[in-house]
Amino acid sequence: MNTLIATASADNGVNVEALLGARQALSEAPEAAQFKWRASCEWIRGTRARTHIDSFFGLGEEQRRKQVHHVETDHPEIFAAEDHGATPVEIVLSGLAGCLTAGIAAVAQNRNIQLHSVKATLEAGMDLQGILGIDGDVRNGFDGVKVTYAIDANASREEIEALVAQSQKRSAVFDIITNPTDVSVVVA
Amino acid sequence: MAACGANADVRRPVRGIDVVIIGAGHNGLAMSHCLAALGIDHVVLERGEVANAWRRERWDSLHLLTPNWLSRLPGYRYNGDDPDGYMSREEVVAFIASYARASLAPVLTGTTVTRLQTEGTGYRVSTDRGDWCCRAVVIASGAFNQPVVPRLAADLPAGIAQLTPFSYRNPSQIEDGGVLVVGASATGLQLADELQRAGRAVTLAVGEHVRIPRVYRGRDIQWWMHAAGLLDQRHDALPNGPDDLARARAVASPQLVGSRERPIVDLNVLGAEGVRIVGRLAGVRDGKALFSGSLRNVCALADLKMHRLLTTLDDWAAACGYADGLTPGERFEATHIAFSPATSLNLEREGIRTVIWATGFRPDYGWLAIPVLDRKGGIRHHGGVVDAPGLYVMGLPFLRRRKSSFIHGAEDDARELAAHLVGHLQAQSRRYRERMAL
Ligand SMILES: Cc1cc2nc3c(=O)[nH]c(=O)nc-3n(C[C@H](O)[C@H](O)[C@H](O)COP(=O)(O)OP(=O)(O)OC[C@H]3O[C@@H](n4cnc5c(N)ncnc54)[C@H](O)[C@@H]3O)c2cc1C
Repeated sequence: MNTLIATASADNGVNVEALLGARQALSEAPEAAQFKWRASCEWIRGTRARTHIDSFFGLGEEQRRKQVHHVETDHPEIFAAEDHGATPVEIVLSGLAGCLTAGIAAVAQNRNIQLHSVKATLEAGMDLQGILGIDGDVRNGFDGVKVTYAIDANASREEIEALVAQSQKRSAVFDIITNPTDVSVVVA
Repeated sequence: MAACGANADVRRPVRGIDVVIIGAGHNGLAMSHCLAALGIDHVVLERGEVANAWRRERWDSLHLLTPNWLSRLPGYRYNGDDPDGYMSREEVVAFIASYARASLAPVLTGTTVTRLQTEGTGYRVSTDRGDWCCRAVVIASGAFNQPVVPRLAADLPAGIAQLTPFSYRNPSQIEDGGVLVVGASATGLQLADELQRAGRAVTLAVGEHVRIPRVYRGRDIQWWMHAAGLLDQRHDALPNGPDDLARARAVASPQLVGSRERPIVDLNVLGAEGVRIVGRLAGVRDGKALFSGSLRNVCALADLKMHRLLTTLDDWAAACGYADGLTPGERFEATHIAFSPATSLNLEREGIRTVIWATGFRPDYGWLAIPVLDRKGGIRHHGGVVDAPGLYVMGLPFLRRRKSSFIHGAEDDARELAAHLVGHLQAQSRRYRERMAL
């Protein structure tokens, strides 16, 4: 099934060799695969807060990046807030979209599929009776998340569906959202 | 010429032999048959009786997933009058027991191996009935000795009965009311179907699974896989090498039921029977079972892979001219998922009083005192040749070929490994003679 045509190489800007190299190296040295992701957040005023994202731990040592990233979160005006940033739940959606989309690019590269455009739209339902404490049977979080991809690529519809499925299978944020995680919140 | 060292414990009887085979399931017996044909002196040690796993570790209604015509072992094949049927558990026991008799296998039953260690240039096999010293050992103790139960089982409320495919026999064991079956490979699918039909309210937790139809274009799917050569794919000939092999070795059993009517039993059929389909069991908190939200995706993956397989089979049939005698290719409906599958169930409120762990099996190497295990507890081997000279293993998933863990997969593996083993014995004897001649 490997025809000569398949050797024409796709370029989605993903360095698959480097990723596969890292995969190989980490499978031989599982300690180096232990990462810690971090964020620090400071309240500004009202529902507004600013999160700094800087160092992380991985490959056995502290890692620093070229610049510190900031994410501002707030709430829209109908929540009597000033809308200085996206709501935290929308940041969660952007995390999911970013993770799945990066995965699609990587899987496509690995499968030698050239992507022309990848667009995701996300919608998550939420019943505010949960967070407002109106009905104890209603959960606080999303009651479901719907992600719709529009993908233009040199591939059949089936191949594109397989890309999207494989990206979910390997996505950290998809896992974080779909499965329970132990969270401990303490006062220092 | 056994390799018994000087440190033999005088209190225990010690016998010498060229080869010890551990386990008298079909794999140990197949190896015994091949070694006998090559004139190699050996013994088969079996803790229970011949075909012990089929006698003690299977639920009552289990029938093979593989049709009778496919059931064959070296020098032996199914010769009954129902080639297209699927053997019951008892029939498998009879099939293997009569193979042991027909091949005059030197089996010592009621003999449990308690320790395997190297000794000199060979091995010492300790049992509850004395030790054996030998030059080579074949581990045929089975790949499915223990049910795998996830750690979160400990979080279930105390009042809930927990069963595994080893302790489950039939629906009469299960209290009325709700049952949660965890896992939707062959075992979970079959138990969910059986219990729902027996009037229990079944919830089935579904993780990654392999969906294939029992019958495709009028033929059993096993016929297709066999005829198209997919089951003969070798461990050293996969397109992406070790990565593909590791994945293929971890693939779960397909969603199949062995029944003469050859029904297709998949998640859609179970859903129509009233089974509640939920995602992978991901946690238990405060008496609530939490299910993964990945259900849609694991089903989409299984549907895509099934259709990819069917396309491969269609292409093969067309290429070799089979297509004429077959009904046209079909495509199956996508797996239906409820509008909003439950991600959390209060076990008590739902009346779920039993949980069945159909979450796979693993081998038990508690007696293996040779450093050949990888960090996940599996034996390091290349096509059954273990990383210790003269040590072999059989019956593991995709050991040498995709069919290695199936009954009909033993034949090729046993012949090749027996030949390798004889080569080892000969080389060892040659070295020994050379040393003596010096
Ligand atoms: C639920 C289930 C369904 C299956 N259905 C099919 C099917 O439909 N078709 C198919 O082809 N295959 C099927 N298989 C796969 C395979 O054929 C069986 O697992 C088969 O039993 C494997 O044979 P074996 O000889 O490798 O191991 P086993 O049959 O497990 O035999 C190993 C033997 O070793 C003995 N033993 C283990 N430890 C010791 C020890 N320490 N000392 C002495 N003796 C020991 C055991 O008592 C046992 O008799 C199924 C497997 C399972 C678990």
